[in-house]
Amino acid sequence: MSEQATNSTTYREAVKMAIREALIRDERVFLMGEDVGYYGGCYAVSKGLLAEFGPERIRDTPLSESAFVGAGIGAALGGMRPIVEVMTVNFSLLALDQIMNNAATIQHMSGGQFNVPLVIRMATGAGKQLAAQHAHSLEGWYAHIPGLRVLSPATLEDARGMLWSALQDPDPVIIFENNTLYNLEGALAADAGAVDIDSAMVRRPGTDITIITYSASLYKCLDAAAALAKEGIEAEVIDLRTLRPLDDATYLASIARTHRALIVDEGWRSGSISAEISARIMEQAFYELDIPVARICSAEVPMPYARHMEEAALPQVDAIVATVKRMVGHG
Amino acid sequence: MTTQIDREHGMAQLRMMLLIRRFEEKSAELYSAAKIRGFLHLYIGEEAVAVAVMAALTPEDAVVATYREHGQALARGMSADSIMAEMYGKQEGCSRGRGGSMHIFDAATRFYGGNAIVGGGIPLAVGLALADKMRGQNRVTCCFFGDGAVAEGDFHESMNLASLWKLPVLFLCENNLYAMGTAIRYTQASLDIAAKGAAYGMASAAVDGMDVMAVEEAARIATAHLRHGNGPYLLECRTYRFRPHSMFDAELYRTREEVEEWKKRDPIDLLIRRLREVGLFSDQEMSSLEQSVTAEVEASVAFAEAGSWEPVEDLTRFVCSERSGV
Repeated sequence: MSEQATNSTTYREAVKMAIREALIRDERVFLMGEDVGYYGGCYAVSKGLLAEFGPERIRDTPLSESAFVGAGIGAALGGMRPIVEVMTVNFSLLALDQIMNNAATIQHMSGGQFNVPLVIRMATGAGKQLAAQHAHSLEGWYAHIPGLRVLSPATLEDARGMLWSALQDPDPVIIFENNTLYNLEGALAADAGAVDIDSAMVRRPGTDITIITYSASLYKCLDAAAALAKEGIEAEVIDLRTLRPLDDATYLASIARTHRALIVDEGWRSGSISAEISARIMEQAFYELDIPVARICSAEVPMPYARHMEEAALPQVDAIVATVKRMVGHG
Repeated sequence: MTTQIDREHGMAQLRMMLLIRRFEEKSAELYSAAKIRGFLHLYIGEEAVAVAVMAALTPEDAVVATYREHGQALARGMSADSIMAEMYGKQEGCSRGRGGSMHIFDAATRFYGGNAIVGGGIPLAVGLALADKMRGQNRVTCCFFGDGAVAEGDFHESMNLASLWKLPVLFLCENNLYAMGTAIRYTQASLDIAAKGAAYGMASAAVDGMDVMAVEEAARIATAHLRHGNGPYLLECRTYRFRPHSMFDAELYRTREEVEEWKKRDPIDLLIRRLREVGLFSDQEMSSLEQSVTAEVEASVAFAEAGSWEPVEDLTRFVCSERSGV
C-alpha cells in the first residue's frame, strides 16, 4: 500500500483552499461579505484572496446583511455563482427574510422558471465566550426550510470539499462553519477535493450505541467514545454532515445494529434538529430500539459569557459518557 | 411638455393602459365571483407608470416588481392569458398556479416577480445588476416599489450598495401616497422621496406619474444615464391608486372627495385628451380600441377557464431543481 501524500493544515486553511480553487476554476464565482477583503475575513478565512483575485471578485460589503445576501440571490439569478459570507449565524437573522422569502422560495413561486445557485457561508457555535449575540447554533432553524440545503462540515476533508459541491448545486446552499473548528489542525490529502453533500458518515464504528451528531460536537462525541471504549463500551459515532436533506438511512442502519440512539446537538433542545431526528427514529425504527432515544442539547438559555456558565450550557464529554453508560446499563 | 406626439406610439401606450384597466376591472369581477382568490391588489389609476417605464426598457433588461404587478407584467409583454390563468390557479398560468396574483414571474421577458415582501425585491435588483456588470453586459435592471418600501431597511441598504458599486439599477418608486392604508405623511419624516437619492450620491428625479408621456421622458433620461455607466438612478413617479389597497380594504383612511379629485387626472383620460387635442384620435378609434381590448381580456378569461389543475401528485415539485448541475 502506497503512502498517500498529505499536507498538514487547518480547517481555516481548508476553507480558504476551497474558496481559492472555486475562484480559479469558475469565473462566475466571487466572494462577498463584511470584511472579507482588506481585513482578510473576521476569522481570517479569506486572508490574501483580495491580493490574488482583486476587488471585483473579493468584495467587501457594507454592514447590510439583507442587501448583500439579497444581492447574492439576484446575482445568482443573473448567472453568477456567488459565495456570500455572513459573519455569524446571529447576524444572518438580519438576512433571514432574503434567505427564506426569496432564496428558498423563488423557484417554487415562479413555477420552476428560476433557480438560485447561491452559496452562503457563516460561522456558528459557542465556546469562545462570545455571549448571547454571537454564539448560537441556529442550523436547525435553517434546516426547517424547504428549498435550502444545509451543510455542516466538521472535518478538514469536508471543509475543503463541501464548497465545490455546494457550488455545483443549482439551488441555495448554506454552509455552517463552527467557529471553534477554524484552528483545528490535521493532515489533509494533497489531492483532497469535492466531497458528496448528500450523506451522513460513520466516523467511528461501534456496536453498543449510535451517537448522532454534527459539527464541533463530533469531537466531543469521539472523545466520549474513546473514553467509553476503555470501559468496554463501543459507541458508533455518526456525523450528519448535511442537516437538510437529512440522510436517514445511515443512522437508521446503525440503530438496526446497536438498538440504542443518542443525539448530541449544540442547538437548543426545543424544536431542534435533534427533535426532528428523534421523531424520525420513532417513526421508522421504533421496534429496533431497546430503550428510548436520548438527547443532549444546549441548555435553554441565551449563551452566557462567563466560561463556567458557557461550558455548563453546552453538551460536554462527561455528560455524553454518563448518558451512554446509563443507556447501555453500565450506569 | 415638448415631446412630439408620435401617433402610433401614443396609440400603443393608450391601448396598453386600457388593457391593464379592463384586465383589472375584470379581475375584480372575477374575484367577487370567487374565480380568483387570495390577495388581489389592483393597479387602476397607476397604469401610466408601468406603460411608460417599460417603453424605456429593452427586452434584454430585467424587471423586478411588487405584489401589485399585473400592469408591469402586461406592459412588459407577458400575455393576458398567462396572467389570468395564474390568478385562476391553473397550471397554464405563468407560474403554474404556484404563485397567484402576487407572484407573476416570466423568464422569457426577464420578469423576476411578483415580490410580496415590501422592499424584498430591491436587493435582488441590485444583484441582477451586479451580475450584468461583472459579466460585461450593458443591461438595466428596473426595480418597482412603492412609497411604503421607502421605510424598509432593504431600500436604504440597496440604494447605498448600488451607488457604491455603480450598478445599473433603476430604482422606480411608485409613490401612490399610501402604504396600504396609512398616508405617507404619517410614515415619512420627509415627503420628498426623490431627494433621498442625494444621500446616496445617486441621481434622481420626480415626475407626474399620471402623465404617461412625462413618465416616459423621465424614464428615458434615467435609462440613458444607466446605460452610460453612470451608476443607479432613483425615479419617483407621483401617482394614485383609484381602487382599495386589496379586496379587503374598506378605505376608511381617505375621503371619497380625495379619490374623485385624483380621478380628474386619470392617466388614460389625460392621454386621450392630449391625442384629441392634436387631432390624432377619433371616437370611432376609441370604440374599436375598446373592442379590441375587451376581446383580449375575454379571451384571457376563456383561456383561464379552459385551463387545467396541476396534479396533486406534483405538490412537492419546484422546491429543489429538477435540472442537474448548472
